[in-house]
Amino acid sequence: MLSRDDDILKTAEQWRNAGHGVALATVMETWGSAPRPAGSHLVINDDGTFLGSVSGGCVEGAVVTEALDVIASGEPRMLEFGVADETAWNVGLSCGGTIRVFVEKVG
Amino acid sequence: MKNELLAELNAERAARRPVIVVTEVPTGAQRLVKIADFAGDPLAAELDRQLRMGKSGMIEAAGRKLFLTVHAPVARLVVTGAVHISQALAPLARSLDYDVTIVDPRTAFASPERFPDIALIAEWPDAALPPLNIDRYTAFVALTHDPKIDDPALLHALARECFYIGALGSRKTHAKRVERLKAQGASEAALARIHSPIGLAIGAVSPAEIAVAIMAEITAVLRLPREAGHAPAAAVTGTAA
Repeated sequence: MLSRDDDILKTAEQWRNAGHGVALATVMETWGSAPRPAGSHLVINDDGTFLGSVSGGCVEGAVVTEALDVIASGEPRMLEFGVADETAWNVGLSCGGTIRVFVEKVG
Repeated sequence: MKNELLAELNAERAARRPVIVVTEVPTGAQRLVKIADFAGDPLAAELDRQLRMGKSGMIEAAGRKLFLTVHAPVARLVVTGAVHISQALAPLARSLDYDVTIVDPRTAFASPERFPDIALIAEWPDAALPPLNIDRYTAFVALTHDPKIDDPALLHALARECFYIGALGSRKTHAKRVERLKAQGASEAALARIHSPIGLAIGAVSPAEIAVAIMAEITAVLRLPREAGHAPAAAVTGTAA
């Protein structure tokens, strides 16, 4: 995408260089009226600090929690949020769409 | 994502070169494809399509699910002429996600009051343009009607292989312009790249309508495949000389 959120990946690199554990979350698939397009990034460090967005704020909290696990384990995982998913309702993907978010460790 | 891949990705992006990250799902196995390597890649057709659309997306290849993360440079629009059309063009281009810069040595035209929040350079093109590092992800539009300003800027835009080059003026005006630029050494092939009369033929009359026609033409050149008969989309393929 012609993305202006250029400094997300730059920040990921800076966090790594500063010795942080870092995870990168990427929207990989969307159905319905998903708030952010495929390719959107959220970067998370081991402090729980994050930058960017995968849903415009709806599910970032849940993604950050999963990302901390990914930083610890090193194993990537695919997360799904949508109307059929009770936890997604809980974290509030209210737009009615479904998204799949890939979370991987950086490093 | 490996540290090395991330560093290389950021270096390509900083240099305004398109790059695509290919991630196998769900393993996370990853590689980076630079624009220079697109043509020889097994996924060349898919890479080209995704980059042209400027969209990341999931594909299937040889029974594997692959996610292509597309990193295209932010497109830019550089305009000579802080004129009435530019006042309509600048906000429209910005709403289409272009970084907009307007060049006009005439300070009465290039005033912040006329162009709030738009990057303005009140210099002649020979001073203003080189520092902008105009590239294949830049659209260039000449709107002053003044050869002293537009001509050197057009030559610069041609040399930098802007993906779109347009110039305001009737067919008669453009024919004269072509003669002048030819006399300054521009080739027929290069001059054929200049869109003039500028903009899609939608019967535009007002400055705002002309701005719409110009941005529609720029969008078409950026997004349509080369086969559609538009100027070579060097910006999105990187294969043009």
